[in-house]
Amino acid sequence: MSDKKKRDQGGADIVKGKASPIHGVDLPGGDVIGRPLRKADGLDKATGLALYTDDIQFPDMLHAKILRSPLPHARIKSIDYSEALAMDGVVDVMVGSELPIPYCVIPWTRDETALCTDKVRFIGDGVAAVAAVDEATAIEACKRIKVDYEALKPILTIEAAKQPPEDEAIHVGNRRGNQHKYVDLSFGDLDAGFRHSTSIAHDDYYFHGTTHAPIEPHCAIGKPEPGGQLCIISATQVPHYLQRELARVLGMAQQNIRVIQPALGGAFGGKSEPFDLEFVVAHLARKTGRPVKCLYTREEVFYSHRGRHPMAMNFKVGLDDEGKIQAVRSKIDLDGGAYSSFGLVTTYYAGQLLTGPYDFASYGFTSTRYYTNKPCCGPKRGHGSVQPRFAFECALDEAAAGLGLDPMTVRERNTMPRVATTVNGMRVQSNGFLACLQAARKASGWDEKWGKLPRGRGIGVAGSMYISGTNYPVYPNEMPQSGVTVQLDRSGRALVLCGASDIGQGSDSMFTYIVAEELGIEPGHVRIVSSDTDLTPVDLGAYSSRITFMAGNACIDACRRLRKLLLEAAATALGQSAKRLRLAGGYAVAVDDTAVSLPMQEVFRLAEAENGTLSASGWYNTPLLGGEYRGGTIGSSPAYSFTCHVAEVDIDLETGELRVPKVWVAHDCGRALNPVIVEGQMEGSTYMGAAELMMEDQDFYPADHAAPGLHLGPSLLDYPIPTSSEVPEFEALIIESLDPEGPYGAKEAGEGPLHSTIPAIANAIHDAVGIRLKTLPITAAKIWRALQETH
Amino acid sequence: MAESVLKLKINGFVRRVAVSDQETLLEVLRYTLGLTGSKQGCDKGDCGACTVLVDGEPVLACLSLAKRNADKEILTIEGLSGPEGPHAVQDAFDNAGAMQCGFCQPGMILSAAALLERDPEPDDEAIRHALSGNLCRCTGYTRIFTAVRQAAGIEADRKGVDPRPAPAPPVDPKLP
Ligand code: FES
Ligand code: FES
Repeated sequence: MSDKKKRDQGGADIVKGKASPIHGVDLPGGDVIGRPLRKADGLDKATGLALYTDDIQFPDMLHAKILRSPLPHARIKSIDYSEALAMDGVVDVMVGSELPIPYCVIPWTRDETALCTDKVRFIGDGVAAVAAVDEATAIEACKRIKVDYEALKPILTIEAAKQPPEDEAIHVGNRRGNQHKYVDLSFGDLDAGFRHSTSIAHDDYYFHGTTHAPIEPHCAIGKPEPGGQLCIISATQVPHYLQRELARVLGMAQQNIRVIQPALGGAFGGKSEPFDLEFVVAHLARKTGRPVKCLYTREEVFYSHRGRHPMAMNFKVGLDDEGKIQAVRSKIDLDGGAYSSFGLVTTYYAGQLLTGPYDFASYGFTSTRYYTNKPCCGPKRGHGSVQPRFAFECALDEAAAGLGLDPMTVRERNTMPRVATTVNGMRVQSNGFLACLQAARKASGWDEKWGKLPRGRGIGVAGSMYISGTNYPVYPNEMPQSGVTVQLDRSGRALVLCGASDIGQGSDSMFTYIVAEELGIEPGHVRIVSSDTDLTPVDLGAYSSRITFMAGNACIDACRRLRKLLLEAAATALGQSAKRLRLAGGYAVAVDDTAVSLPMQEVFRLAEAENGTLSASGWYNTPLLGGEYRGGTIGSSPAYSFTCHVAEVDIDLETGELRVPKVWVAHDCGRALNPVIVEGQMEGSTYMGAAELMMEDQDFYPADHAAPGLHLGPSLLDYPIPTSSEVPEFEALIIESLDPEGPYGAKEAGEGPLHSTIPAIANAIHDAVGIRLKTLPITAAKIWRALQETH
Repeated sequence: MAESVLKLKINGFVRRVAVSDQETLLEVLRYTLGLTGSKQGCDKGDCGACTVLVDGEPVLACLSLAKRNADKEILTIEGLSGPEGPHAVQDAFDNAGAMQCGFCQPGMILSAAALLERDPEPDDEAIRHALSGNLCRCTGYTRIFTAVRQAAGIEADRKGVDPRPAPAPPVDPKLP
């Protein structure tokens, strides 16, 4: 792609790229790495001292509220806000025409504005915003804004979106009506593959919509600063992308916008792109000259959504006599909601990420995303691939059953080699899937249970693979994907600066461990400053499971530069060769004589005296990866994680009630930098997956209802997430395959371990009662009905 | 809108605050008194992030009108730790790796502390039940259960290493 073209597509920052140094596993680590240490921010959070966005107040701060559309699809004819503006306590009002520049996290599909300009596209679309002295006044003022709508026919299903629009398309001017993105890719000889198959499973599956539901609602504060600069404090997981889009939409220079992400109360992908409130507080702060805060209600969190796309999937899987996968073919329709979000990527991921952990030579997918008049879908933990993984793993069980094969055996037989290139060109350099299967098989007692439990009880297995970061940032550029600066001061402390977002997954802790490991100081002597665009080098954000791999490597890179200086200084002072010294536990020590040692604080001072003020930056960029075809880079990652789930279920044959007493999750994370944090990610992912199968449902009233497009229950009561009394027991089994390019061999652990939870439970239900439920969620009512039908 | 001056006993100290009739305890704690450790996750009684202890019992501060709490003993997460450091439950949550984003934790920890006050050796069922009003979206609860058992002394400490600054290493006075 030419630089000119890249620039046109939104990438303004082209510089000459440079291959990133890769440290990989050359130093095994072990003083700190791999140990179950406490988190860097644990006590801060346990004592209530950690500040989240809504905990921050400024003098003279105003409160903003956004007026939202009551209609799913309508033209805005006029907005009259004079009465609202005249209210006592109202300072300013804004409408969409004030910020008409469209935005999207993906620069190719900018189809959203801060507030609607000409039409609304879902119930909850923002129409106007008020800044007032307090929230109650802002809410009251919103009620007094008069919007004149011309209702249009809402399009609420994939089927409706396929028809030519009755009134008009959701995005007028879109060439393909309500179709947003179409991808059709095929690899190898599918016809031959199915010809060689003796057992073919071919079925329709449906994955419903689910949402992230972080316990912290979105919140943002805009704060004017001297010299026409703006500071935006926001509960975001992508400060850098937010800074870029704010600058574009506000028409400001990027260097005049500072984005700070304070402690974040959960995200799971639900805060990984700009949201209307961030533009609203920025613009209103600029207009009023005062700080402005906006906090979503829980209802607004449900409507802002960007969660899991509902997908209608047709899957065909063929096995030969020996149970080897010969061909896989899928056709997937995605219900995208009103806007693009990451949808272009989702459409690819729905196919691209399915080519492991199994080895097969022919594969094809057709994936189509549609616009509908519902809240926009986007990336939720396991972006794009959780839904087809459910279908694929169920179909694999069905095909194996055709041969009378144990589901565990068929997965073992098809496991791809440790080092491989997948049929769609993905480079795999480490793969512990077979070990995952074996660990879960043993821990769960699979061999004594599968096919042998009494009717109503069953066990099921499923596998999956996921990316550790993506090869390309969302806007094309050749600068590092992650940068880290480490500064040492003569007090003996290290300061780490990095743009990476700790969203609870523990990235700040990861930096602490790496610096302590590399420089031999106590973890308590490492201070982290992260996710502040003014203070920290760019990291692209907490998405695609990229931070440990990329920022971890960048941090090692920075530390190694300093380590060299520290070792030299210690060597000179101790009269030893640097090679014979270790930095560990707060000292530089001779490997063969621990009496020869120097405290690290002294080493810092000597090195500073020798070299001047000590600081170093490190960075990470992926090598060139991906298949040689259009879209071949989407889904290519420097490393892939692997997961296997085994689930046990217990079904009440009278009522259909489903209980999941226990789930085993074996996950190949390459190397567990801290096993407690890795297990926490595995358990949290499995929990979320189980909940999606059993109870969660982000759904809306249909077209023939009195309020089409209205959310069925936008609250944490009506949208149930499991409480402590409902949660299954989890057993996490860590598998370490040591990736050659990962930091100390590490890969991701935050998203992969969600995928196979869902098909493992679905397969266990089949083992328990012999029914194959292909439509999620799997409720007691559905099981009961299916049980009646099979009688 | 009727207003009154209220005496609230919070974390052992009497605070006088002007409140309107419809102000919730959560609003007064967070926005009037700056005790932002109590979180708001839903503002309608569904999530438990706002849990505080009123006379030792867990109460959802978002559902409790401030003026109803006159003369009661209110304990927030800020009052749980003291000069001697974090409360045993807070320390156990940290040690067990029970928090990810931490947003549910103040409420969760207070519910757990209240449980251990009334039942120092709860069984698993009692722990699950006592925390069932506090939603956690991150952890799957596994490690939270562990933390409560550790705080109660039912389960051994996994020997986490404390990341708080260790005593500074000795410094050579000859150094600049
Ligand atoms: S904020 Fe009180 S229960 Fe959610
Ligand atoms: S730790 Fe995030 S909600 Fe519990």
